[in-house]
Amino acid sequence: MSVNTNAIGGKRLNKRASLTDTNLLLIITIAVFFVMYIMAIVFLGKGFTKPQMFFNILNENASLLVLSCGMTLVMITGGIDISVGQVTSLVCMACAVNLEFNGGNVFTSMLIALGIGLAFGIVQGFLVAYLEFQPFIVTLAGMFFAKGMTTIICSDRVNVTEPGFDALSKTEVTVPFMGSYNKVGDFIPAFVEIGVIVAILVVVLLFVFLRWTKLGRSFYAVGGNNQSANMLGINVKLTKFLAHVLCGLCAGIGGYLFFLHARSGSPLHAQGAEMNAIASSIIGGTMLSGGVGNIVGTLFGVLSLATIKNIVTSLGLDDPWWTNITVAAMLCIFLLVQSVILARKNKNKK
Amino acid sequence: MTTSEKKISTGNSAKGFFGKLVSNQLFIPLAALLLLVIFNLIADPTFFKISLEPSSTGYYILSGNLISIIDNASELAILAIGMTLVTSASGGQDISVGSAIAIAGSVVLRIAKGYSAGISNGQFAGMIIGAFVLCVIVAALFGAFNGALVAFFKIQPMVATLILFTAGRSIAAWINNNENISINDTRFGYFGNFLPGIPIPTPVFISAACMIIIAIVLKVTNLRLYSQAVGINASSSRLNGINPKVIKLLTFIILGACVAVCGFIKVSRTSSITYAVIANNIEMDAILAVALGGNNLGGGKFNMTASILGAYVIQFLTTTLFKFKVSSSAISAYKAVVVILLIIMSAPVVRKWFSDLKNKRTAAKAQVRKEGA
Amino acid sequence: MEKDAVLEMRGICKYFPGVRALEQVDFTLREGEIHALMGENGAGKSTLIKVLTGVYPKDGGTVWLKGTGSAIHIKSPQDAQSHGIATVYQEITLCPNLTVAENMYIARTKGAFTNWKKINQDAGKLLDELGIPVNPAEQLGNCSIAVQQMVAIARAVDMDCKVLILDEPTSSLDEQEVQKLFKLMRDLKAKGVGIIFVTHFLEQVYEVCDRITVLRDGQLVGEYIIEELPRVQLVSKMLGKDFDDMAEIKSDADAEKVDYNGTPVYQAINLTGTTGIKPFDFEIHKGEVNGFTGLLGSGRSESVRAIFGADRVVGGKVMIDGKEVKIRKPLDAMKHGISYLPEDRKLDGIVGDLSVRDNIILALQVMKGFFKPFSRAQAEAFADEYIKLLNIKTASSDTPIKSLSGGNQQKVILARWLLANPVYLILDEPTRGIDVGTKVEIQKLVLKLAAEGKSVTFISSEIDEMIRTCSRLVVMRDGKVVGELKGNDLNQNKIMATIAGGESK
Repeated sequence: MSVNTNAIGGKRLNKRASLTDTNLLLIITIAVFFVMYIMAIVFLGKGFTKPQMFFNILNENASLLVLSCGMTLVMITGGIDISVGQVTSLVCMACAVNLEFNGGNVFTSMLIALGIGLAFGIVQGFLVAYLEFQPFIVTLAGMFFAKGMTTIICSDRVNVTEPGFDALSKTEVTVPFMGSYNKVGDFIPAFVEIGVIVAILVVVLLFVFLRWTKLGRSFYAVGGNNQSANMLGINVKLTKFLAHVLCGLCAGIGGYLFFLHARSGSPLHAQGAEMNAIASSIIGGTMLSGGVGNIVGTLFGVLSLATIKNIVTSLGLDDPWWTNITVAAMLCIFLLVQSVILARKNKNKK
Repeated sequence: MTTSEKKISTGNSAKGFFGKLVSNQLFIPLAALLLLVIFNLIADPTFFKISLEPSSTGYYILSGNLISIIDNASELAILAIGMTLVTSASGGQDISVGSAIAIAGSVVLRIAKGYSAGISNGQFAGMIIGAFVLCVIVAALFGAFNGALVAFFKIQPMVATLILFTAGRSIAAWINNNENISINDTRFGYFGNFLPGIPIPTPVFISAACMIIIAIVLKVTNLRLYSQAVGINASSSRLNGINPKVIKLLTFIILGACVAVCGFIKVSRTSSITYAVIANNIEMDAILAVALGGNNLGGGKFNMTASILGAYVIQFLTTTLFKFKVSSSAISAYKAVVVILLIIMSAPVVRKWFSDLKNKRTAAKAQVRKEGA
Repeated sequence: MEKDAVLEMRGICKYFPGVRALEQVDFTLREGEIHALMGENGAGKSTLIKVLTGVYPKDGGTVWLKGTGSAIHIKSPQDAQSHGIATVYQEITLCPNLTVAENMYIARTKGAFTNWKKINQDAGKLLDELGIPVNPAEQLGNCSIAVQQMVAIARAVDMDCKVLILDEPTSSLDEQEVQKLFKLMRDLKAKGVGIIFVTHFLEQVYEVCDRITVLRDGQLVGEYIIEELPRVQLVSKMLGKDFDDMAEIKSDADAEKVDYNGTPVYQAINLTGTTGIKPFDFEIHKGEVNGFTGLLGSGRSESVRAIFGADRVVGGKVMIDGKEVKIRKPLDAMKHGISYLPEDRKLDGIVGDLSVRDNIILALQVMKGFFKPFSRAQAEAFADEYIKLLNIKTASSDTPIKSLSGGNQQKVILARWLLANPVYLILDEPTRGIDVGTKVEIQKLVLKLAAEGKSVTFISSEIDEMIRTCSRLVVMRDGKVVGELKGNDLNQNKIMATIAGGESK
């Protein structure tokens, strides 16, 4: 009986447990997103109040969302994967060539996408986890390998006309109860592309994975302190390996979503996507030092990034360089915030 | 005493010599160079042909693959100098050098475009010096920005430099309002091509000058000792009176200066700039040069000569691949393979396997010898 | 295998580059006993534990566990866990970013999912039973070190283990917590668990243990039943036969007389650091050897670090030879003739990949300046001189310092600071983790330096060493200077009493 009350007491205490790093950063991120979106509504008005505006952000960034989720996984274990952008590009090209020239269908192209992603994940994961090399160098090599392979497959833009694929890519899913009235007063329901459904599914799956599965928790343990994790009986190498494999898989899926949206393959696709993915993860509260991060945060990170890009363009700063500079500036600010948090924590410990 | 020892162990000394050779840091780049030379000799001996021919400007200049390798490797060699120092002190690499070169080049063009082709040699020289100094200052400032993030905010170098990597080319475009600038004054091209009457490309002299400068710097200062000590054990260095933060910052600033020189050469080569393409992928090559030189990418001890040699080997590889009609963007795939091979060879785990294997073999040999005796 | 043994280790060997960490060590643990593993720093206790738990692969020997017919190979900590070996390490090996409950149950529960409700309940129950005041849902990194250590113990206790290893678990616990732990240990013992207890505290050994195995310099000295081994004997077994050698040092020390009335070489008034020590006054005279003593964490290292400017100093006055100076960073201290040999040789002392030569000249070189490097010949001359002077065993001055043995590494660091020609030398634990021979050499050297007129601060965990070398001891407790002992007061009992803060028994 007394045990029971204690347990309940413990549970009540739960709510009073001080904020974990993950939650602290998550709150910052969500706040940043809402502030940004409200700013967009206040200053830019009109468009941003329509649900479709929000869903368009999703439509355009479904691929980035999946890539960022993969990146978050690797970053939680204390690694990084900068090959995802070029892998996306490679996936697009390989799928486009398969559909256009090699008589493939939607199914084969999906297999190819997943296969490429997995292959990169497995090789890079092996090099990082078992040969203990710096993830940055390994994935930098992976990035250039993917870049080269893309042009080796085909150096020009390939537009896809295969009917099955075309139908899939143009499928629009209506969002229930959402929409807006046009000037005439007709109700136009809001829609999302099929890619968004997939991306949301990935987000949900990975959220569950990180929160409730033992493997997911061991990602955090490894990132928190990999020596301790080893002592606690976690297979650190396997965990790191799997993180890279999952990230590779996400790159495959994200690549296919990009392909669905772009309906073409080109060496210029997804240029700099890895930077956006890293930036989204970091803005979403994933710590570079590992062990801290959250998929929900990443979701908001992607949304924040997309919103600020929209704001920048709407402000008339539509010269192509402004988006990059904005992304870099945001990345810089959030890195500094993390650095300060980390420094303060270390000081407190002393 | 030593001579008699040598005499006794002639059998071993050959192996010892070989072992010494293999353990020398210059071995890897030299072996790679040799491999490339042999490959080209077999594939196409005319690869090595050098000729002295009049160019379009009427002067006699040297041309041929070897000349173009030495010429084109100049920027890479200069970058390798800075990258080696950054690697040594901070244990990471700067991936923003390509973007920073775009910025440096853009600054030079911004100054140069304001002058008409008609200005006198004196005025021209003044303008060039001004442009160069300004571009060094700008690039060093960006280097300091990276360095500050690394040294004071303790962000991993590669992630810290990701910021400039993302924004650099955009900043470069912004400096010149995204204009396509082209300088008509032929004198502007002297620094990336040939000086009138001199048959050797100018970048070769510039890179040689940089090497001499760094050699002198390493000789008359403690840069080597300090950056190595900081890279190996920052905490211990601090207790010995070194300021690790300042040293890290310093290496990034030096890299910034190297970047400025590269940017200057790059824009002089074509008298123009393409913001998205200039010095594309050069960060990869620079890191590869350091790795190929056998330097530990995790920081600490370094061998400058090996890094620079590594840069030339990479250019040799690039030129060879070009020769075999590999497109410029596909080259990165081949280089990636080289990097991965290097990674595998230099991974501590693999090295341990090798040394264990070697130990086992020597142990077995000793056993056999014992039994024989 | 012995009949009631749960664990037998025979002929265990472990080598590190340049170091023989374990050589043919035997160890037997019986059912339901608490077995102390004793030895000085560097004797090989931790290495033996790490071999047993699969952190290090062993280089030789065999391990038997009860219930397994043949010898077992423990490949990893997971493997050890699955064999029923639970461990609590000296340094906390938990993940600070996870919650308390997670740390207790991670990698142990069945199934692919984490049942948060269940682990929080289970953890809460267990923590309550053990009287550990912490919320299971709290992030571990937000808890105090003592609580973290107790959580680690709770985790180990909860595993149905045959062998429980406690590697210096008490260093961060207070007396009450230690008693809780002992009660726990006795309970487990009654259930037949074999417990290996590694500690520095002799009283604790005699309070709770049944048997003692002593290691020295990586070798087995012997296994003893506790009643048959009086404390003095245990200490002499741990220290080895060099007792007489050390006694001889003392007579030298006594011969030295220090002029306490002159101007101090170094004087600090109200020196205020940022690392949890209270402001303190301190002075040292020419030719004096003084010591800081106190338990681990009492602030003795933090004090000397503040003197050297290694940690940020925020207040107080410092005078060198009576003149006020500012010491903000190590370089300031060095320029005023202060040298500091840090406590953690590996982390703060050596620059691993650099050669012995570079390591020796480092401090002097930094003092000379960035733009004035020594010539190669000069550096070599310095290095050779000190390699010979301190009898450093190295293949050449080009050898990387990391391949030297611990004692020789320490000598290189000493050489570095002697070369800097200080007037005041601070040695923080210079004898930790090195062989007995070198220890004696270092102590002799300290006395010789003092005789030459240098001032030395000498810190050691071993009070015997301090008594032998120091003429004055500053005693610290909880970050505060609590006493100063001189002359006849300089004996074991008095020091212990001052450290403990109670009346001497």
